[in-house]
Amino acid sequence: MSIKGKAYIMGAFEHPTRDAPDKTTAQLHAECAKGALEDAGLTKDDVDGYFCAGDAPGFGALSMLDYMGLKNVRHLDSTETGGSSYIVHVGHAAQAIAAGKCNVALITLAGRPRQTGNRPASRAGGGGGAPQGLSDGPPEAGFENIYGGTTHNTYGMCAMRHMYEYGTTSEQLAWIKVAASHHAQWNEHAYLKNVVTVEEVVNSRMISDPLHLLDCCVVTDGGGALIVTSPEIARSLKRPKVKVIGAGEAPKGPLGGQHLDLTHSGAVWSGPRAFEEAGVKPADIKYASIYDSFTITVLMQLEDLGFCEKGQGGKFVADGNLISGVGKLPFNTDGGGLCNNHPTNRGGITKVIEAVRQLRGEAHPKVQVQNCDLAIAHGTGGSLGVRHGSGTVILEREA
Amino acid sequence: MSETQEKPALMTRPIPAPAVTVESKPFWDAAAEGRFLIKRCNACGKAHWYPRTICPLCGSDDTVWQESPGEGVIYTYSVMHRSPTGPYALGYVTLDEGPAVMTNFVDVAPDGLKIGMRVKVKFQPTENGPPVPVFTPV
Ligand SMILES: [Zn+2]
Repeated sequence: MSIKGKAYIMGAFEHPTRDAPDKTTAQLHAECAKGALEDAGLTKDDVDGYFCAGDAPGFGALSMLDYMGLKNVRHLDSTETGGSSYIVHVGHAAQAIAAGKCNVALITLAGRPRQTGNRPASRAGGGGGAPQGLSDGPPEAGFENIYGGTTHNTYGMCAMRHMYEYGTTSEQLAWIKVAASHHAQWNEHAYLKNVVTVEEVVNSRMISDPLHLLDCCVVTDGGGALIVTSPEIARSLKRPKVKVIGAGEAPKGPLGGQHLDLTHSGAVWSGPRAFEEAGVKPADIKYASIYDSFTITVLMQLEDLGFCEKGQGGKFVADGNLISGVGKLPFNTDGGGLCNNHPTNRGGITKVIEAVRQLRGEAHPKVQVQNCDLAIAHGTGGSLGVRHGSGTVILEREA
Repeated sequence: MSETQEKPALMTRPIPAPAVTVESKPFWDAAAEGRFLIKRCNACGKAHWYPRTICPLCGSDDTVWQESPGEGVIYTYSVMHRSPTGPYALGYVTLDEGPAVMTNFVDVAPDGLKIGMRVKVKFQPTENGPPVPVFTPV
């Protein structure tokens, strides 16, 4: 059964904080939920479906439902695909609504990595994943976690291989950060608002080669929430209607090491599934939210989604092609994870939120795409360099 | 060779003890004897990594341990510079038997690595645990 046209995103909220020393993670989830419900014109008692992932504290959905006082929920989904979870949740919410399991789905994300020291590098070292508690640990732990894999060096391995196979350069990757920074200058909430140059990116400190400091996203506290509703409820609300017309998801991993291929992401499967369901092509897309944990993340996903040929991503992103009003494919007009916000090291939900703003015509006037009626939100979670989940949604403005 | 400040850092990183499970214990017992084992499946004939009881390629439970020379080529790598114990190289080796193995590259300078370079396994001691496989240029 296709989900095309079976659900609408009617509420979206990005928490304005980027640093939350005086709040709990549960509180941030609840503030985001409240913000998205108010945006939609609904109340918590209207919510009958709840979606969250691994960032939800305590017993996940059970803890958060109780904390927020959501008493009418009859459908739960805690699908965990890292930072792409919340994009996957949009597709799952549309499926649940289409199947009659719920009518108002709430999706929340929140976290405080700046306070807890839960930096993206936290997988490094640290005992190698020794067995503890009820579980004897991740099956790969003894053979992987001991080697100091972090978010930075696992994506660095992808960039290194991409450069080797396709001749991609650091200068080309830098254009992705340059474009994000051009957009972030207009976002009052952006963590980094300074416009940077290609030279500044490639001359910034090397973190894990070939990725420099400015190839990396920001670490921010905060969160976001989305409200996905049935068509009937969407029609009863006063907000512009953003229709979910296609969704795709795909896991990808080394599968016994015989299929390691670090220059492709799961987007090679999740993208075509979403485009096919939506009945549109990459060339039709007016605005693209692309998960940008690192510059290489964007480049690989643009290729895998079909915005250019494999290996041509470097040429595609160069010379400002991702800058709104300048290039052919405006992307991440909020500044993205590279400059604006990457709450709890999981950027998926902010990708959907900015796509909704663009389709509603509510993006900042300096970056608003003219006649923006078709957008994509896409992300990966986990690590492209090891194993990851990929989620794609295609959204359409309904007049 | 005497230790001088001019000597380039050879990236030998302290490695924590690996988690040993009932599935992986034969690997670590062999590692303690300096032998590098991989798993091969009798049903599909292919080797896989990391080792497991049921073949991830065909689903057969007829998998056996096989000693490997531990040689192959670098598929990719990245040298992590933000590290309190000095730079270290994370990467993958494509073994001659086929599967790709995540590892650290050691006894080599940060600019001494290249994709496609031939490397060979060696075992590095860990504190309170069995030695772990790392790779070094041949
Ligand atoms: Zn097999």
